[in-house]
Amino acid sequence: MNKRDFLKGAILFFPAGGLLAMARDASGKANGKAYEPASHFYGMGIEIDKCIGCSRCVEACKAENDVPAEPFYFRTWIERYQIRPSGESVVESINVKGRKRDEAADDRDFVRTFFVPKLCNQCAHPPCVQVCPVGATFQTKDGVVLVDKDRCLGCRYCIQACPYGARYLDPRTHTADKCTFCYHRVVKGLQPACVEVCPTGARIFGDLKSRASRLVRFARMNKVHVLKPALNTEPKVYYAQLDGEVR
Amino acid sequence: MKIPEQVQRLAIVVGVLLAVVLIGRFVLLPSRLVARELHQTATIEREVVKPVRYAGSTACADCHDDVVVKKAKGYHKGLACEGCHGPAVKHAEDPGAVKPAAPRDRKFCPVCHAYDPARPTGFPQINVTAHNPLKPCITCHNAHDPVPPRTPRDCAACHGQIERTKAVSSHALLACTTCHATPEQHKRSPRRATPSKPETREFCGGCHAADAPLKTGAIKDAPKVDLGTHGRSYPCWQCHYPHLPEGRS
Amino acid sequence: MNPETAAGLYELLEQVTGYIYPNEIEIHWSILIVAYPYLTGLVAGAFILASLVKVFNVKEVQPVYRLSLLTALAFLLVAPMPLLLHLGRPERFYEILLTPNPTSAMAMFGFVYAWYLMGVLLLEIWFEFRRDLVVLAQQARPPLRWLYAALSLFSKDISDGALAFDRKAIRAITVIGIPSAFLLHGYVGFIFGSVKANPWWSSVLMPLVFLMSAIVSGIALVVFLYMVLTALRRQPIDMACLDKVTSYLFYAVIVDFSLEALDFIHRLYESEESVGILAKLITDKLFMSLFVLQILLGMFIPLGILVLAKSSRRFNDDLRKLLYFTAVILIQLGIFATRWNVVIGGQLFSKSFRGLMTYKMEVMGIEGLAVTIVVLVLPFVILAAFVRLLPTQRLAEREAAGAAALSGGSR
Repeated sequence: MNKRDFLKGAILFFPAGGLLAMARDASGKANGKAYEPASHFYGMGIEIDKCIGCSRCVEACKAENDVPAEPFYFRTWIERYQIRPSGESVVESINVKGRKRDEAADDRDFVRTFFVPKLCNQCAHPPCVQVCPVGATFQTKDGVVLVDKDRCLGCRYCIQACPYGARYLDPRTHTADKCTFCYHRVVKGLQPACVEVCPTGARIFGDLKSRASRLVRFARMNKVHVLKPALNTEPKVYYAQLDGEVR
Repeated sequence: MKIPEQVQRLAIVVGVLLAVVLIGRFVLLPSRLVARELHQTATIEREVVKPVRYAGSTACADCHDDVVVKKAKGYHKGLACEGCHGPAVKHAEDPGAVKPAAPRDRKFCPVCHAYDPARPTGFPQINVTAHNPLKPCITCHNAHDPVPPRTPRDCAACHGQIERTKAVSSHALLACTTCHATPEQHKRSPRRATPSKPETREFCGGCHAADAPLKTGAIKDAPKVDLGTHGRSYPCWQCHYPHLPEGRS
Repeated sequence: MNPETAAGLYELLEQVTGYIYPNEIEIHWSILIVAYPYLTGLVAGAFILASLVKVFNVKEVQPVYRLSLLTALAFLLVAPMPLLLHLGRPERFYEILLTPNPTSAMAMFGFVYAWYLMGVLLLEIWFEFRRDLVVLAQQARPPLRWLYAALSLFSKDISDGALAFDRKAIRAITVIGIPSAFLLHGYVGFIFGSVKANPWWSSVLMPLVFLMSAIVSGIALVVFLYMVLTALRRQPIDMACLDKVTSYLFYAVIVDFSLEALDFIHRLYESEESVGILAKLITDKLFMSLFVLQILLGMFIPLGILVLAKSSRRFNDDLRKLLYFTAVILIQLGIFATRWNVVIGGQLFSKSFRGLMTYKMEVMGIEGLAVTIVVLVLPFVILAAFVRLLPTQRLAEREAAGAAALSGGSR
């Protein structure tokens, strides 16, 4: 039996393989045809001028993905920027409570202020995947970076390598974890939970391979930018109206 | 050349070690353990079967079409039901047994509508301490069609940021309508009919030109400039922000 | 989640200055990961010192040759332990051997380590000790006799021809061994130097800096061990050897310091986006460990001591020994601080470049101080066993020296 045959057999006979088939059926029901990963490439658009900092996305993410409730583990979070006339920026993560907040009492204390939603950038060229010693984190054909929690060693090299602070060590499994673009929803034709609940439509999820997708339209209508482009990670989370102070 | 005795012995040890490692790795070890693609497929499968908790807004429409129709006409038309009511897959599966949350107290609406300077201008915001204290929001507002109970009298109801800025400026005593002609419809349907904005230098000159007539109610010592020479032909708001003109600290 | 851990993290939250990404509050690479490059550095340094004898024929260093090799082996055996203990799931370590990711610097650890241990160090030690093992197997009583015989792989040939072959083999292995030792520690530097997300680590000089500091720490360790061992055995110290080795130590410290200074000046001069937060990092968080421990106590003062000991002829042997001993202890302290500054320092600032975190060292936990001390002491225990079992001087030379001492000759 050669390796190829073995793999085929495994996919057919392993219970997990059966589950994939079931999932295919389920997604088939949702959009009329079987889900084909290679024909998608997902990304997200974020319109900063629409974000009202209500944190519905953060709460939905924690509920949907069973993220630990403590404020040290986030797959997505909201930052508030306040830029002073001196050019100095005051930044805070509005989802981290328990820290005494530097209240900017007066609107005149800053020249501009806004919220920025952050999440895993699902880089097309992900440094976390490059450094994982066992290949437990990888990019799917549809462009989502996933973590195999059954094989992750918990060495945390990926956490060190992520320039965006998007990864954390799950305190229950002691393995790395991160945003999956709600992969379990997306393959069924649903939106990621954060996009689903955003009241102002500040988040747009879509398929970069489909000309008709909302994301492609978003990229046509806005001048977009990504975070830390100099690192050449090629993020697939695109920001419109991104301020230069945002890192 | 004769191979030295010690090298022969060493060669046996190294050979055995290498053989053990190579046989172990390439023969004994099930290829299932070393097949990267298989691991990835298994991970994707595990990911795909994770439970969905947010049913998505189309799921709600199946039963609650009345609410959905109502909501689709109001300002909250873009909002997902589960944004306020929480994840509702369980409710959709067994509507009788599991009821989603329906926030009714004053804590919930300010999550979006409390005044925060970082929120985009024009987004309706209130000052929670001053705005009808202690009254639950739903006594006056229907969350599924949140029109104000009566047409707002003043602009601050929505334009809190400008109001707060203006309140500490030299223009504090001017009504918004002094400079912005506001059609009545704007209060009910803000994006249909937008207020006017000053368009010419002469508009500001109405008070600030050297030869401006003293209007009733205007402050006598409003700063005056010669429109002919001041700032060449730039519009005034190129340099002065009318909601917070300089000259006051 | 463990409420104690949560309480600890809430406490750390209060000590954050500026802004950090919310997931960054936990410091992931602890003091155990400080011990890891420290240990591999000692291995590489000790081996390179041993190689000087064989490749460059530095006769004076011969007395510490075997000690260096055994030191390298003892520390190499312990080197993977801190890595293993720090894993979130240590029981899965074998995955790194099953499906190593070819693009991961860390995945190559197993291979570099196995090559260095089996392909270089054990081979060289075996050829070096083989004659003595054969002799000891004939002299010793069981069960030691069996041990020696097994270690010599039951070889018996100690004819001149066979010994000449051993010497040739050692030389060949050393020639391969030096680049391998460079690889072992240069690669540890690459693990840090290749993290482009972290400006404190990301530097092409990192492998070189690691390598030079490895040589410094390895030589200093062997000097320390040699002095302690001779004292315990009440044997005379070979001052020619000590002077020579400390000269190498002196040059190595100079090169190490120059490299680190170059790295520092380069960063300061290029003054990239991260320069502000790195400046805050070294003044607010690393002042003690960088300026005081690493640079002042670990470099300047030992350099001064070495210059003093070398420059004046007035110092007698005993005074020089004291000076050398002080210098090597300070250097060890300095190199440990160097590792601390790289590993912990690189995690004390946010990748948003806007804030600083705090590292609170555990004491009793698995990633704590107690375990680290055990990991750092263990190689010395292993080395003590090696030194008891294996002669640190060639038996033939020892006999010759003994005969000479009896006749009242050299001291």
